[in-house]
Amino acid sequence: MDAEQPRRYGRGVFLATVAGGLTSLYWGKAVWSRVSSTVSPVAGDLVPLLPTQGWRIYTISGHMPSFDPATWRLAVGGRVGAPLELRYDELKALPRAEQVSTFHCVTGWTVKNVHWAGVRLHDVLAHAKPDPSGHALQFVSAEDPYVDYLTLRQASLADVMLAYEMDGKPLSRAHGAPLRLVIPEMYGYKNVKWLKAVNVVGEAGSGYWEQLGYDRDAWVGRSNGYSS
Amino acid sequence: MTRAGYVKRFSRTERVLHWVNAAGFLLLLATGLILYLPILETAVGRRPLIKDVHFWAGIGWVSALVLVALAGDRRGLLRTARELDLFDRDDRRWLRGRRAPQGRFNAGQKVNAALTAAFTILFFVSGMLLWLGERDTRFRFASTVILHDGLMFVAFALLIGHLYLALIYLATRHALRGMTLGTVSEEWAQRHHAKWRPE
Repeated sequence: MDAEQPRRYGRGVFLATVAGGLTSLYWGKAVWSRVSSTVSPVAGDLVPLLPTQGWRIYTISGHMPSFDPATWRLAVGGRVGAPLELRYDELKALPRAEQVSTFHCVTGWTVKNVHWAGVRLHDVLAHAKPDPSGHALQFVSAEDPYVDYLTLRQASLADVMLAYEMDGKPLSRAHGAPLRLVIPEMYGYKNVKWLKAVNVVGEAGSGYWEQLGYDRDAWVGRSNGYSS
Repeated sequence: MTRAGYVKRFSRTERVLHWVNAAGFLLLLATGLILYLPILETAVGRRPLIKDVHFWAGIGWVSALVLVALAGDRRGLLRTARELDLFDRDDRRWLRGRRAPQGRFNAGQKVNAALTAAFTILFFVSGMLLWLGERDTRFRFASTVILHDGLMFVAFALLIGHLYLALIYLATRHALRGMTLGTVSEEWAQRHHAKWRPE
């Protein structure tokens, strides 16, 4: 080619960028999961505001619930023999459980190695004496009308907990203070934030996002159109 | 009519296209950052409202760009697209960091234009996939959010560089006059775009 001839680099840059971007829908997450452990801490040091751990904060209402330890209660009711209301200090007095697990959002982002502390569900439920006719749990958020469900079988998985601490600190408002459900095997929308009530119910219903078309059984990597 | 000592650099269609693009992008950046940064999300709240504004701003942004292109000087825009497409020997030397006379657009502006056009398409496609993916699993990809966010970071870096050259850097900021009033001084044009022969 004649070195003096103009070359069509403009369309080359344009087409290569569009092609790279569109194909990244298939390789983007794999590449990002490899480089994020190097890039994120550097970016976090440079710009402390960035969500370098990977968290995004999703809400469904115009107002994020706030926590007042003096008035907050966790109600445990529904098909139980002894409905109860736990104060924050009573909840903290229950046997403490800790775990490190990965949090997956259905939109594609993931946060690895989240250190949770809280209580196991059975330690809370035992005081309320669930009725044998109950086969599922309803989790009610203070962010009205957010609600979701787990079957008792799902709720009895070993690493399901009601968490009041995250990464060594009390749960922040953005992450659902003072209490959220944690079920690492399922996508984040099942991990109800700003929890105010747990009700024993006959069977699992459709939660907030499930009424909008998301799967009730939100297993990571094998629900909501994903297969791994 | 062009003032004595000044030459026309950008047509009305080109300028309207630029400012529609800028206004749309800045509105999308502002609302997008509220949705993306936890500190802003917590301070502002109103996520459903901000999400709606972001979505409709995206639709409005792309629609307005298409409308301006269709209703404006289409032939002129095609000529500009051809100018931006072609990189001659001096452009290639310029990209290698050497001094070389440039046309109406320097090689950096040509690369920026190609990236901006590609990013507009990718922002729109990934944004639509995020919106559709909330409604139908067939449109859900695990990497869509990574593409959309990644584009934002690169576009933000390009914007900072663009604003520095257009508003702060003494040697180049005269170019802003071209994008507002349409004209630049002959003397400046000769110094920075020596190969350009204004009509």
